[in-house]
Amino acid sequence: MNIAATSAVEERAPVTDAAGQPILAVKNIEVIYDQVILVLRGVSLNVPKGRIIALLGGNGAGKSTTLKSISTMLASERGKVTKGSIEFDGERTDQLTPNDMVNNGMVQVMEGRMCFGHLTVEENLIAGAYTRSLSRSQMREALDQVYHYFPRLKERRSSLAGYTSGGEQQMTAIGRAMMATPKMLLLDEPSMGLAPQIVAEIFEIVRDLNQKEGVSILLAEQNTSVALKYADFGYILESGRIVMDGPAKALAENKDVKEFYLGMSSEGRESFRNRKSYRRRKRWI
Amino acid sequence: MADLLFFLEVLIGGLLAGVMYSLIALGFVLIYKASSVFNFAQGAMVFFAVLSFVGFMELGIPFWAALPVTVVLMIFVGMATERMVLRPLVNQSEETLLMATIGLAFVLEGMAQFLWGVEVRRLDLGIPDVPMAWLADTTGIFVSVFDVVAGVVAAIMVIALALLFSKTKVGLGLRAVADGHAAAMSIGIPLKQIWMLVWATAGIVALVAGMLWGARNGVQFALVWLALKALPVLIIGGFTSVPGVIIAGLIVGASEKLAEVYIGPYFGGGIELWSPYVLAVIFLMFRPEGLFGEKHIRRV
Ligand SMILES: Nc1ncnc2c1ncn2[C@@H]1O[C@H](COP(=O)(O)OP(=O)(O)OP(=O)(O)O)[C@@H](O)[C@H]1O
Ligand SMILES: [Mg+2]
Repeated sequence: MNIAATSAVEERAPVTDAAGQPILAVKNIEVIYDQVILVLRGVSLNVPKGRIIALLGGNGAGKSTTLKSISTMLASERGKVTKGSIEFDGERTDQLTPNDMVNNGMVQVMEGRMCFGHLTVEENLIAGAYTRSLSRSQMREALDQVYHYFPRLKERRSSLAGYTSGGEQQMTAIGRAMMATPKMLLLDEPSMGLAPQIVAEIFEIVRDLNQKEGVSILLAEQNTSVALKYADFGYILESGRIVMDGPAKALAENKDVKEFYLGMSSEGRESFRNRKSYRRRKRWI
Repeated sequence: MADLLFFLEVLIGGLLAGVMYSLIALGFVLIYKASSVFNFAQGAMVFFAVLSFVGFMELGIPFWAALPVTVVLMIFVGMATERMVLRPLVNQSEETLLMATIGLAFVLEGMAQFLWGVEVRRLDLGIPDVPMAWLADTTGIFVSVFDVVAGVVAAIMVIALALLFSKTKVGLGLRAVADGHAAAMSIGIPLKQIWMLVWATAGIVALVAGMLWGARNGVQFALVWLALKALPVLIIGGFTSVPGVIIAGLIVGASEKLAEVYIGPYFGGGIELWSPYVLAVIFLMFRPEGLFGEKHIRRV
């Protein structure tokens, strides 16, 4: 991380496809849990270096499963990538462990902001640097950089994480991941259960991290409107398949996306009921 | 005056025994915190460790060489346990894991007796079991040199473990793993390494405890039941609290000796065998999370 380079952020060229130099390439993966439950059926996606890519979809679509396949956390849940391949930074990840992935520069921030509740906020952050060997002063510096992005965490540094608010826990989880100085973050539903203004605050920080630290981000979200506002490109996942993809702007303006993921409709609300082929989403807006 | 001296004598003896309970209970806490496993095999590990130590000495290996050899053996046993018993059972329920450690206890007990035989051995650490002369001369309190040395050794181990927990990087990793396996894994903390470390440490704790108790009571199968002494300590201190079990160990040690001396006569003696359990039951009724046991943080 480098605060010095925070000055003028250049306006980036809009992404028109997810080609470009990929830091992550997921090719046609199939994932099976417990040897029988087929959850992903041929998912492919690319994350170009330095971009924010959104993975959208409703409950049970397979977003978390996709992220866990990428971070190799899947194995500990008795899941297995049975077909296809995942390449991170030019290396296949089949034989790697979560520990290797963090060492290679990828950290997953899991769904439900899993902080260490009995550790203080600062201890949570320090634990995030577990894979690095830092001197006392380097650790101080790394913490200060996280506090620079998350000033709220500085105020709460000595509180037990379990007693902080939902937003603060989400910030702790993201800040903790940043302590490993990752090249790429996998964020699983950072907006979950948070008030809109907290969601906005967190997404602004995520965008900052992306632009100033150059961290590539793959973002799984049900909150389509927020995700598309901050992402460059999006994929829509339904029942374990990518059903649509495109630049974030184009997706946000797409008629079907508007209707079924953003809860807006030009023809009026009635149209949902006539389209049984789309499952209703629990949370749209 | 004589009454007070006698009281102090009993109290000190109790506290010194109590440090030993703390030590054994810490072996449990370490494993329970890191992997949510109630290690039923802790007592078997004590027996296996000290019997192996005595066995090595009988083979002609001198004391100071047998000690590191046994430490290495216990580290190996700890790592093998993690590898062969716990890793295949990852994600299983706590009950399943408890059953696995019960199995492990039988394996260790059987293996120890198969390797070294079943007869009771003597272990001479060269520490005399006589009253400390200067203390007796100056104050009139009789406390065994052996008890003091044992208490000090146990105290050093307890302090070292407490520091390992609270001050080191590995300790933080351990507390993180204890808090949530998946979250710890997601930030790259190698669970297997932490588990191996925890089991190896428990093995070393078992060896130290076994040597101190074995020297006093003989190296014999009954050491297996020593671990039962840790149960009331764990209940009073809380299964996940390092300071809790340290203090609980002292409470159990002191209270059982005091109870034996002052209340025992009314019950015909022998109450130190069960008084800690009575205390534990009282705690279960009024403070089920233990002295400092962490209440579950439920806020999400
Ligand atoms: N460990 C598991 N074992 C068996 N099935 C699982 C497991 N984890 C997830 N599944 C199933 O896989 C499917 C996809 O789940 P996943 O958690 O990836 O969805 P999601 O898109 O993240 O949903 P949500 O938005 O609710 O988090 C679901 O049907 C779920 O029941
Ligand atoms: Mg999910």
